[in-house]
Amino acid sequence: MAALSDQLLVVAILGYLLAMICHAAEYAFGTRSLVGRAAVRPERELALVGAGAAAGPVLDGPAAEVEPTLSDGAAERPDGDATPRPAAGGGESASKAALAGGVAVGLFAIAAAVHLAVLVTRGIAAERMPWGNMYEYVLAVTFVGSVGWLWLVSRRTSIRHLGLFVALAMVLLLAVAGLVLYVPIVPLLPALNSYWFIVHVSAAALSSGLLLLGAVPAVMYLIRDGYDRGKRSFPYTLGARVPAAATLERLTFRLHAFAFPIWTFAVMAGAVWAEAAWGRYWGWDPKETWAFISWVVYAGYLHARATPSVKRPVATWIAVVGFLTMQMNLYGVNIFFEGLHAYGGLD
Amino acid sequence: MAKLDDRAATGPPREVDEPTRPVRRTPAPLALLRNSWRQLTSMRTALILLFLLALAAIPGSLLPQRNVNIEKVGDFQREHPDLFPILDRLGGFDVYASPWFSAIYVLLFTSLVGCIVPRLRDHVRALRAVPPAAPKRLDRLPRHAVLSDHDGDLSAIAAMLRRRRWRVVVRDGEVAAEKGYLKETGNLLFHFSLVAVLFGVALGSWYGWHGNRLLIAGPDHAFCNTVQQFSESKLGQRVDDGDLPRFCLELTDFDATFLPSGQPESFRAHVRVEPWGRTPYAASFSVNDPLRLDGANVYLLGHGYAPILRYTDRYGKSLVSEQAFLSIDGNLTSEGAAFFPDVNVDPATGRRDPNLQVAFEGLYFPTTPEDGPAVRSVYPAERAPGLFLRAYRGNLGMDAGIPGSVYSIDQRQVANGRLKEIGDGKLLRPGETWTLDDGTRLEFLGTREYITLSVRYDPGEKIVLASAALLLVGLTPALFVRRRRVWFRVVPAPADTSTTSRSSLVEVGGLPRTDYSGFAEEFDQLVAAARRGGTVTEEETD
Ligand code: HEM
Repeated sequence: MAALSDQLLVVAILGYLLAMICHAAEYAFGTRSLVGRAAVRPERELALVGAGAAAGPVLDGPAAEVEPTLSDGAAERPDGDATPRPAAGGGESASKAALAGGVAVGLFAIAAAVHLAVLVTRGIAAERMPWGNMYEYVLAVTFVGSVGWLWLVSRRTSIRHLGLFVALAMVLLLAVAGLVLYVPIVPLLPALNSYWFIVHVSAAALSSGLLLLGAVPAVMYLIRDGYDRGKRSFPYTLGARVPAAATLERLTFRLHAFAFPIWTFAVMAGAVWAEAAWGRYWGWDPKETWAFISWVVYAGYLHARATPSVKRPVATWIAVVGFLTMQMNLYGVNIFFEGLHAYGGLD
Repeated sequence: MAKLDDRAATGPPREVDEPTRPVRRTPAPLALLRNSWRQLTSMRTALILLFLLALAAIPGSLLPQRNVNIEKVGDFQREHPDLFPILDRLGGFDVYASPWFSAIYVLLFTSLVGCIVPRLRDHVRALRAVPPAAPKRLDRLPRHAVLSDHDGDLSAIAAMLRRRRWRVVVRDGEVAAEKGYLKETGNLLFHFSLVAVLFGVALGSWYGWHGNRLLIAGPDHAFCNTVQQFSESKLGQRVDDGDLPRFCLELTDFDATFLPSGQPESFRAHVRVEPWGRTPYAASFSVNDPLRLDGANVYLLGHGYAPILRYTDRYGKSLVSEQAFLSIDGNLTSEGAAFFPDVNVDPATGRRDPNLQVAFEGLYFPTTPEDGPAVRSVYPAERAPGLFLRAYRGNLGMDAGIPGSVYSIDQRQVANGRLKEIGDGKLLRPGETWTLDDGTRLEFLGTREYITLSVRYDPGEKIVLASAALLLVGLTPALFVRRRRVWFRVVPAPADTSTTSRSSLVEVGGLPRTDYSGFAEEFDQLVAAARRGGTVTEEETD
């Protein structure tokens, strides 16, 4: 079972990678390029697309259709090729883009199902909930993000373009989990052996997954906003084909507003557990401190967004900072700090 | 404060701007005070303070903290002797009790109270008031519609709105309705709960206390709950030793199980509890399952081994030491020392030679490696116990009045030559005897288990928990409920559009008071329902 789980992880990563490639194809054919006009300088987008194609050589099924276009779109392809094309042959490439996007979402869903299987097999092998160390926790968090994303696109296809970045985040995080954080299965430490383990960690993973997902539209909003204000240097060029700034901003807020109470609950459940395990509900252990920091920063985001004098990009930056503090807590604190939360499983 | 409220609650939020500072007419200190208060209780200040609070919490995770791990603070002092005093003066090792950290949260909560008290007053007023009259021009509102062919009967519309749980008032020729008051209720509950959480924390720090100590198994080592018997303790400002509940505790047994890899699987401490003046009873507790006594909880923090050593001196007199060795790794390699300051006392004169004191220092291995040098235990349970000790004789330096560590000998005495090492050290198995150069003997009799425990009481805990629960209860509607208003107004129909003499126009306006993307949909539904409700008979007869 444990070995199966490990193999399934590779399959899931490949699945997300394929989804990413299809999204990249959709991106290249993108219907939004009419809006982007000639001002778009797609060289770096193409590099991204090229890299995706090179990394995933096997494409089958309907996805294969897009492959030729992608492979001659490899890095050395001259500037500006991708943009005029959809602009010129709008209808045809738009339908290609829609097809590629649909396939991408389908592949993403398959990858998410495999991702779930990774967790389930891991849990069966370990005979406990599959979030007992950092490797498993990252798998659980990304799974939440993945399901959250599928739910979002199923309700609103207009944001599908973001799939490229969601899939990219999945591939990166799962690769880091598999390559850096991986630990073999061991039973829980006595300190983790409590039903609060299920309550606290699942709430933390759920909210972290949603906040992870929320960071994608947050960053894309900042890029799009910069693009709309006329910035044409690298990250802003990505803004050409993502959904409208207001859509992204609202999506960012929705995800954060949804995740924040869950995150609040996760911190509280942690405090209740800490009382039982260590005798105090709050002790400024590094993990607790960073959870507090994240909570305060996200509270600041919600506040800022409700404060009319604070501009939306500024508020969104706070959300991005909140995301960074969450990452600090997940990776930084587990790896660099010594504390009571010694469950990372890394030496 | 009314201004603030408007900004917070009226939508679409981005159109309204932060009010410019009120112009100070008289440079009186009162005006300044009022101004500062206004600034302090603005959303923007709250935001900045929130940010500062997050920022101020960071150093506490980077630097060791006294109330988290005092040993680490000592290590830091040794490693950075120059930096330490500066950081210490800045409160770097007591961040969460430092003046600057306190200043930030005191300001934040002052701002919070200053902000929510007027909002509470306004909200109570709003809850009792009826929805306000319609603005003159409904077509200027974010949503607008016109119902033609209406019979002009607003009571059906009002009933429809009430069924949808809108708060409704019918004025002459006009229905005003509002919904989503729960948002502000939740918001206020959330913010007041924050204050209550802080209150609970404060109560805990005034009336709470805790003490930590190490408890070796056996009746000789039992401890009673007084400040003197803790190795480290902290009482709240309003607590003294006499307030601690009286009970005694003896460790009777300790179970630990480990996996083949050495990873701990379970711990359980069995104790005999003797409450003051009541019959003793047996109890047990473990990690995640503390011993809950009346007015105190006992938590299991760690465990280890205490070697039992018997030293027989030059005059044939024996003394036994049972001193805990502190574990330094996961396999419970433990370091510690045994002191025999009162040995070699001449029975004839009764005089003690201060230069013939004896001490041993070294490492205990619950499982000694089978081959290779014994430097680390290879398993945490006692499978092949071994005790590597170095022997010292001379002046232990314990009489100087400076309290030394009980886990290591005073290296200064070694450095200045008053304490000398004898021989090269020896690995002892249980039952083995080591005869020193002067014929005195050390026997390793075995070990006892010990636990480290924390005894705690925090009367604020329940308040914090209850407030935290309320906080969550308030947060949900605060985030998900939307405040919105609609108005229906009958206007006389222009002659050419009316199909029957009775019909008139109804103008509808909608205003989402908070950012609410689904409002258009809801508004359209209301309009559709109003159309149906108002014109049912006519539609059916058509
Ligand atoms: C301990 C500090 C504070 C924290 C952690 C905090 C947290 C929050 C959070 C998470 C929200 C979003 C939930 C909601 O919309 O109701 C919020 C909303 C709000 N807070 Fe605070 N807050 C704090 C202090 C303050 C202060 C000092 C003020 C007054 C200046 C204030 C005024 C408001 C207002 C008016 C809203 C509603 C915004 C809206 O949705 O229209 N808060 N706060």
